[in-house]
Amino acid sequence: MNLTLKVWRQKNASDAGHFESFQVADVSKDMSFLELFDILNERLINEGKEPVAFDHDCREGICGMCSMYINGRAHGPWDETTTCQLHMRAYNDGDTITVEPWRAGAFPVIKDLTVDRRSFDRIIEAGGYISVNTGNAVDANAIPINKTDADAAFAAAACIGCGACVAACKNSSAMLFVSAKVSQLALLPQGQPERKERALNMVAQMDKEGFGSCTNTGACEAECPKGISLTNIARLNREFIGAGFSKED
Amino acid sequence: MLNAKIPAGPLETKWSKYKSTVKLVNPANKRKIEVIVVGTGLAGASAAASLAELGYKVKAFYFQDSPRRAHSIAAQGGINAAKNYQNDGDSVFRLFYDTVKGGDYRAREGNVHRLAEVSAAIIDQCVAQGVPFAREYGGLLSNRSFGGTQVQRTFYAAGQTGQQLLLGAYSALQRQVALGNVTLYSRHEMLEVVKVDGKARGIIARDLISGKIERHFGHAVLLCTGGYGNVFYLSTNAMGSNVTAAWKAHKQGAFFGNPCFTQIHPTCIPVSGDHQSKLTLMSESLRNDGRIWVPKKQNDNRKASDIPEDERDYYLERRYPAFGNLVPRDVASRAAKERCDAGYGVGASKLAVYLDYAEAIERYGKIEVGKRGLTNVPKDEIIRMGKEVVKEKYGNLFDMYAKITGENPYETPMRIYPAVHYTMGGLWVDYELMTTIPGLYCLGEANFSDHGANRLGASALMQGLADGYFVIPYTIGNYLADDIQTKAISTDHPAFVEAENSAKAILEKFINIKGKHSVDHFHKALGKIMWDKCGMARNEQGLKEAIEEIKALREEFWKDVRVPGTLDEFNPELEKAGRVADFLELGELMCIDALNRRESCGGHFREESTDEGEALRDDDNFAYVAAWEFKGQSNYELHKEELVFEIVHPSKRNYK
Ligand SMILES: Cc1cc2nc3c(=O)[nH]c(=O)nc-3n(C[C@H](O)[C@H](O)[C@H](O)COP(=O)(O)OP(=O)(O)OC[C@H]3O[C@@H](n4cnc5c(N)ncnc54)[C@H](O)[C@@H]3O)c2cc1C
Ligand code: SF4
Ligand code: FES
Repeated sequence: MNLTLKVWRQKNASDAGHFESFQVADVSKDMSFLELFDILNERLINEGKEPVAFDHDCREGICGMCSMYINGRAHGPWDETTTCQLHMRAYNDGDTITVEPWRAGAFPVIKDLTVDRRSFDRIIEAGGYISVNTGNAVDANAIPINKTDADAAFAAAACIGCGACVAACKNSSAMLFVSAKVSQLALLPQGQPERKERALNMVAQMDKEGFGSCTNTGACEAECPKGISLTNIARLNREFIGAGFSKED
Repeated sequence: MLNAKIPAGPLETKWSKYKSTVKLVNPANKRKIEVIVVGTGLAGASAAASLAELGYKVKAFYFQDSPRRAHSIAAQGGINAAKNYQNDGDSVFRLFYDTVKGGDYRAREGNVHRLAEVSAAIIDQCVAQGVPFAREYGGLLSNRSFGGTQVQRTFYAAGQTGQQLLLGAYSALQRQVALGNVTLYSRHEMLEVVKVDGKARGIIARDLISGKIERHFGHAVLLCTGGYGNVFYLSTNAMGSNVTAAWKAHKQGAFFGNPCFTQIHPTCIPVSGDHQSKLTLMSESLRNDGRIWVPKKQNDNRKASDIPEDERDYYLERRYPAFGNLVPRDVASRAAKERCDAGYGVGASKLAVYLDYAEAIERYGKIEVGKRGLTNVPKDEIIRMGKEVVKEKYGNLFDMYAKITGENPYETPMRIYPAVHYTMGGLWVDYELMTTIPGLYCLGEANFSDHGANRLGASALMQGLADGYFVIPYTIGNYLADDIQTKAISTDHPAFVEAENSAKAILEKFINIKGKHSVDHFHKALGKIMWDKCGMARNEQGLKEAIEEIKALREEFWKDVRVPGTLDEFNPELEKAGRVADFLELGELMCIDALNRRESCGGHFREESTDEGEALRDDDNFAYVAAWEFKGQSNYELHKEELVFEIVHPSKRNYK
């Protein structure tokens, strides 16, 4: 296949940025989307030009590092698929593909398609944990957990922290990400003691980082590569309201 | 002779006695002590969090943007622990025994016993953190058997065990960040160890965004930087996994243990073309139900479905009737290579074998029919029900296969081929996890300990967390207790200046070569040499050739590599150049080590040392750890650590 790539180029955080077009010939359908960029970069290096900077590491859809906004969709056209798992079978000869970084105030661009997502770490820091020091634990089977709850906690815990939900949202809201962690811990008995503070503190940090508010458009769920469900947001809202009321008591 | 400092006394009491007699650092002094932890995978995150909880001031470094993205996140299958929740006869001793045997008698008994002892506490700790392991309907934890063991001791969270364990350790780490006990250095790459008066006292790191070179002091330094499988270019490791931190430490005096011990995993998705950048693992659990075969005829180009049953060679079942498709990883990998080399491979590249679920689908379908008490069920209905069951058990893996290959594994057998997966070798450490540089520790996959010549499935996660949660918090005190008087050393100290200058000089050199070929070009060439000559099978002639070829390639690299951009910006090509430069040295040492070890053991198969085609160990001459000391370019001195087996007596591994 021969393709046209329109790629966002931005030297650093303070550069204004622009699109640059490339023709890429002989693309194999078996390639992954990131391998297409490998080939482009190899060529740019050989031509003495600057390769395109993009984030990636595991290339198996689990580390959450890859983050391309492809033809208007976070992680591209395939459902529940990260950029690194997307394969060129999704495209046809002659296609034009526009590739941009995640765009959100809380994810400043570092270079080209690479953004800074440390705001997510700071949200976890605000309460996305259970306070238990090493060595404090009781026997693992001393706390039986209903399988339905355990499975639901796992489903929420599957979030890879990629930020596609933020990129997909017109408000740049991080609600899906935050709600996934709040839900996981709220569903488990171990998470109960800190339940209220957790919801309040994580939401406060989210606001402080400059993520927008949630208006329930559902774009996040549609683009999430791990199928994190909107029910988590509903649960976070309940947690948050519940925590707010009991705080005022 | 190397001293591993294994405590005296009976095996079962070594660790408990060590713990109750080891020197301690009092809480007030801990607050004055700074510890550098490089790496935030399972080993690094668990160590950093646990040391911070104790009161040490911790600085954590990692090259990704978040600690949660370390390569541990990708582990699929599970983590072992001697809990015996299934009442099937497991015990600390059995886990210890299986690990020593599985490692083909090239690991230390004392270390492995400690690992088995602390394994149960790891599961407790993770559950307390909220790690959502798989559970049974009664609410208790579920286990599966993994890697051919006879007991069910593997804990798992669907196919995402590493992710869930790492997120647990990461949450503990973030909590310590919030409490002010840990400072995070994201997108930082360690480039050098700083030694003052012979002791490790800090590191030089590059801020990957600004390009700034920084000096950091620590009373002790922990390297938790993962494995070096990417020396082969193609592996199941993440793209950034590298040897740089360990290699720089090696060049500063830390011995490198058993560098040639590499694990090649039998069930990975085969290479599809020259564009291939990494290989994807298909969990070992697939071998529990799938059958592996190739055509009986050479160069058979028929579709799998057109090859009748009696023209298929289920070669593992044929060669190893006792274990069949469940033979250990090293055995299964070599058998696949043997068939493909002999011309029986399948797929376009002919470098693949079939992993077939047709029979399992039918079997599960029939079980469903029985469970539901149905009669006269047509065959396609049985198959449909069977597919449902297989989907429930392995659905995520089948989906992954379909995405990558574009084929439907429910209909056509999967194509698989072995791929580099794990490195048992690494920095040599003693019982306390200290390298031969005082104050420099090494944890997790980056060290050489515990797995001998072959790692069993689900035991790397166990080892990483054992090292970080339960070993280092004790052993580091034994060193730091004598260091409480040491004030923080100024980073203006000449040792820091010198280390920074040497790190900078290397980076400048990369940029100034302005050669003709990209870093990847050299990396691929190195990978090919390593895979062909220091891969699944090795021989004297090949290894000697490889050493010369690597030297030549290295020379070419330093003359002809092209690294675009500048030093003071975000420059991924520059990062890659540094990593590949170190792989080009490590590769040579791996071949030297493989050449020295004229026996076959575990993942190391020397074609000269076989018995009827099966690996032949040589305990009389090679029951030792090979620890290499760097003496200058291409010059390594061998130190031997004798392995003494008091409890488990080495025997031949037999899977027939
Ligand atoms: C696909 C796959 C599946 C696996 N499945 C299993 C399984 O089911 N069970 C099992 O037991 N094991 C499994 N393993 C093995 C296991 O995952 C690893 O051995 C283990 O996670 C390694 O952990 P670690 O903490 O030692 O290193 P890693 O998780 O690799 O972490 C390395 C850390 O070091 C940092 N780092 C590296 N170099 C530098 C540098 N120069 N400067 C700064 N930071 C640096 C990185 O940023 C990272 O934080 C699997 C491995 C793979 C590849
Ligand atoms: S909720 Fe989904 S889209 Fe958002 S960070 Fe998690 S995995 Fe990514
Ligand atoms: S590179 Fe890890 S999720 Fe895509």
